Amino acid sequence: MAMTTAEGRPAARRAAGISLWDYPWLNPKLLIGATIVVLIILMGFLGRFVWDITLAQAASSPLNLPPFWVQDSIPAGDPAHPLGTDNMGRDMLALIITGLPSSLRVGFIAAGVGMFVGVVLGFTSGFLGGWVDNVIRTVTDAALTIPQLLVLVTLAAYIRPTVTVMALLLAAFAWRGPTRLIRAQALSMRERGYVRMARLSASSTLSIILVEMMPNLLPYLAASLAGNISGNILAATGLELLGLGPTRVPTLGMTIYYSIRASAVLRGMWWWWGFPILALVVIFTSFFLMAIGLDEIANPRLRQLQVKEE
Amino acid sequence: MSFTLKYILQRVGMFFLTVWLGATVIFIIPRLAPGDPVAAMITQLQSQAGRVENSAEMIAAWRARFGLDDPMPIQYLRFLWNSLRFELGYSLRFFPTTVEELIARNMPWTIRLLVVATFVSVLGGNAIGALMGWRHTPKLVQNLLPLALTFSSVPPFMMALGLIYVFAFGLDWFPVSQGIGRGLGTDWQWTWEYVKSAIHHAVLPMLAIFVTGMGGWALGMRGMMITTEGEDYMILAQAKGLRPGRVFWRYGVRNAILPQFTAVALSMGWIVSGQILVEHMFAYPGMGTLLNVGIMNGDYTLIQGVSFILIMATALAVLLVDLIYPLLDPRITYQRS
Repeated sequence: MAMTTAEGRPAARRAAGISLWDYPWLNPKLLIGATIVVLIILMGFLGRFVWDITLAQAASSPLNLPPFWVQDSIPAGDPAHPLGTDNMGRDMLALIITGLPSSLRVGFIAAGVGMFVGVVLGFTSGFLGGWVDNVIRTVTDAALTIPQLLVLVTLAAYIRPTVTVMALLLAAFAWRGPTRLIRAQALSMRERGYVRMARLSASSTLSIILVEMMPNLLPYLAASLAGNISGNILAATGLELLGLGPTRVPTLGMTIYYSIRASAVLRGMWWWWGFPILALVVIFTSFFLMAIGLDEIANPRLRQLQVKEE
Repeated sequence: MSFTLKYILQRVGMFFLTVWLGATVIFIIPRLAPGDPVAAMITQLQSQAGRVENSAEMIAAWRARFGLDDPMPIQYLRFLWNSLRFELGYSLRFFPTTVEELIARNMPWTIRLLVVATFVSVLGGNAIGALMGWRHTPKLVQNLLPLALTFSSVPPFMMALGLIYVFAFGLDWFPVSQGIGRGLGTDWQWTWEYVKSAIHHAVLPMLAIFVTGMGGWALGMRGMMITTEGEDYMILAQAKGLRPGRVFWRYGVRNAILPQFTAVALSMGWIVSGQILVEHMFAYPGMGTLLNVGIMNGDYTLIQGVSFILIMATALAVLLVDLIYPLLDPRITYQRS
């Protein structure tokens, strides 16, 4: 056998040619994804020292400049605005630097709140069973078939959202997936030996959930959270594409919306929508990597350690 | 009560629960928001006509007309009753026209695009997935198939932007927007010229939905196919010396595809949300564009109406899938829930 799953004590691990890097939580995909996310968060705090973010305000720069390497057009690119400017005189680089963290924030808040509600409902439903389970499961299934974009559009049309309000609107739909997932996990876990043992030793329901089940679910929860964050950023972008995003602070979705409203595609102004989309792709990719990495931690079968046979 | 009847009743109950949940949220939220819908309407009229005389009296008259002075529960029940009869009120922007008339005009375009695009992507994705999971697929094909899934993690609206840029703006092979050529009108005609133009306009939106939607189905099907291949009856079928094609279709695909139907029902909401945005990108004359018209003009009744109808249509599609499912997998109606 060329591939074996390695287990055992440190000495045995070394003997089998396994290094520190084979420790499950040091998964390279997870690390790369997490590093990019941390960099984006840092950018939110430190970006203002690197680049003048007041250039993200309208009429702060010349209009319609292409990126700096495009020199054969009129007007030609200007190194003072490396990624060009849009038709409202906003510097694209400043827009990305301010937009990236606020898009990320929407995702974090929405997915965080959704996850919390999902954990509470999922555990209640899966662990208690009975009519409580029936009610929660039925409502979750029904809510899952409602296209969230439509309800969100109706809400956002009445309440012109700020970044935080929009995140909370999204959270109103972000609990459905986690509830389903955690309920299924709790159901299967309820009958495991160690949970039965805890119940026999008269542990309280809350302590069984928090002490016995939660730690085992941690990688699942984290993978689901990573997936939900990018899912919610995507949903937020959808709302923003319809013009229903925050108007005070630039976000990536609103930047794309303004570019489409100015028919950027037909005018060949690819950098108006190209760079924000690229930024979104970076976010999605990093969370995708994190989700895969966490999935490998949660399902050891996916994690095939390549151990050389000697 | 037979299980079949119980199953049907359960599913129909789910349908009404979904529609009721959606309608309730749509009803409650605007009333929680600060401001008054009628005052908003008047402001809207003023922004169009410049000035509206006696606006205070008008507000009072409209409040009475829409029953906004009634107690909340009465308003709520009336809203539910009217919605179920498809009486969605007047559009604020196109005043004498009702919302249901506007929807009736645009809905067929959305349904045509949705049915064809979903059908093609579910079918194509499952075919690719089945071949990927099948051990006897030629190695070359197995290596080429994942290429078809390159764009599967791209959101549909991004794909739409990219397609417009490359194939409509750059290469000029397809129209940039609209669902039909100029001067042909949006009423469907069964003439060669009309159908040709409609197809020509639908290619890019279809592609945007198809290319991005396929991957999910393919991955699900691949997993199921691999599980199915390990079953004893598959080994027996092969040992009996059945032709590979028969084993693949009648024994493999037929069993592996069942959970995919449930998956279709569950992801219907996502499919509709995605399509709304794609339509918006292409200014395709469907519900997505109608929704955008509502948003641009602050036409609250239109937004509400479009949302309600689409929630209802989605729930209906899910109900249909759920009702067809027991015909494909009789075990469903036998099992106790």
